Amino acid sequence: MKPVEIHTPLDQQTIKNLESGTMVALSGTIYTARDRAHQEFQKLLEAGKPLPFDPSGQVLYYAGPSPTPRGKVIGAVGPTTSYRMDPFTGLMLEAGIRGFIGKGKRSQQVREQLVQWGGVYFATFGGAAAFLHTRVVSSRLIAFPHLGPEAVYMLEVADFPIIVVNDIYNGDLYESAISG
Amino acid sequence: MADSRIINTTLIRDAIVQLIHEASFQLHPETRTTFIQMRDTEESGIARQTLDTLILNDDIAKAEQVPLCQDCGSVVVFLEIGQQVIIEGEQLNDAIHDAVAHAYEKYYLRKSIVADPLQRVNTGTNTPSFIHIDMVQGDKLGITVYLKGGGSENMSSLHMFRPTASEDEIIDYIVQTVRDAGPNPCPPLFLGVGIGGTADVAMLNAKKAVLRKPGSFHPVDYYRKLEEKILHAVNDTGVGPLGFGGRNTAAAVYIKEAATHIATLPVALNLNCHSLRYRGTIL
Ligand code: SF4
Repeated sequence: MKPVEIHTPLDQQTIKNLESGTMVALSGTIYTARDRAHQEFQKLLEAGKPLPFDPSGQVLYYAGPSPTPRGKVIGAVGPTTSYRMDPFTGLMLEAGIRGFIGKGKRSQQVREQLVQWGGVYFATFGGAAAFLHTRVVSSRLIAFPHLGPEAVYMLEVADFPIIVVNDIYNGDLYESAISG
Repeated sequence: MADSRIINTTLIRDAIVQLIHEASFQLHPETRTTFIQMRDTEESGIARQTLDTLILNDDIAKAEQVPLCQDCGSVVVFLEIGQQVIIEGEQLNDAIHDAVAHAYEKYYLRKSIVADPLQRVNTGTNTPSFIHIDMVQGDKLGITVYLKGGGSENMSSLHMFRPTASEDEIIDYIVQTVRDAGPNPCPPLFLGVGIGGTADVAMLNAKKAVLRKPGSFHPVDYYRKLEEKILHAVNDTGVGPLGFGGRNTAAAVYIKEAATHIATLPVALNLNCHSLRYRGTIL
């Protein structure tokens, strides 16, 4: 199966073409954010302040990399379990984010929010963090350095392998897996 | 009385640093073989590609010295201390925590431990580790270091059955737990099942169960058959590698049973992810 190649930021047309189960090779800029970073984002937005980057059409990667060894771009960088970010996803979509990469199931509410706002939830290969580190071209810490591995990193990725789990048509790859 | 034997904690410390390194950067060869066997039984493109990716991940981790997973885990340490052993040097727990802090810094492993469960400030050292000690006969000291990721730990489960519950009721509970967890604990799973004991013993046995020698079978025929039955039932869910669908939801099922009270039948589940990371040695 040849993956569909897409670039960030995501536009409407790209999102429309993505269906649950589609393999995708993603290139461009993505932003890491886990539990604590989402809390910080929420505080900023509620105070009427901007996020540390322009969120329009952008993609969040639920990940906290291992420390960068000397001479490398980044350490191991696989996805963390996504449901912990469910309570924040509506807010992120409202702010303009259109893609989320993680692993594991999302709530019914998040699935509805994705349909409503036109966003996509992707999974990548959980636990294949050494492999995924080879698809990261550059990384830069851009916010909340005090959070350590939970800080926000801007990553430049090339052919980062992801799979559409929840599309804008209410499809769900994980559900099809156990009902098929 | 048998002769005593002195072991200095510097030896224990050095051993633990090395075990953490081995566990973090390379799968057991038997685990890798299991991945290859599972890949060959899969038909769907996504399932095959997922298992190929996990095999490739092992190659890259080893060659580039990047950890297998960014979640480098809680460090769970099991010690089997022979009764004739005299431990000299530092306080034992301190020596172990020291080893963990040193290894996590030296090998660029992610530090994932917060000092308090509610106030949640990262200790920055991946300590404390979680230590379990069993006293055994002899003059040796066995050490097993087990690295456990949070995503997989979060899918743990305990159910206290009626003592008259049937085998099928227990299997149904296990299948339901694995199906509900779906992709979250990064299947294919190494499923540890602790049966019997008290609630805490069952949970601990669910952890110890997955540390059985890779590729070995349960010594008791009855349990070996039950493990096979559970494995089939779990694989019939269709969850598959990383939940993308397929035949291999679990790579293996390992039961560890214990005596229990006439009124109880605890069953504890450890849904260990595909990244089964542990190493052991004997001093
Ligand atoms: S469940 Fe295991 S393989 Fe998956 S992210 Fe956590 S530690 Fe890594």
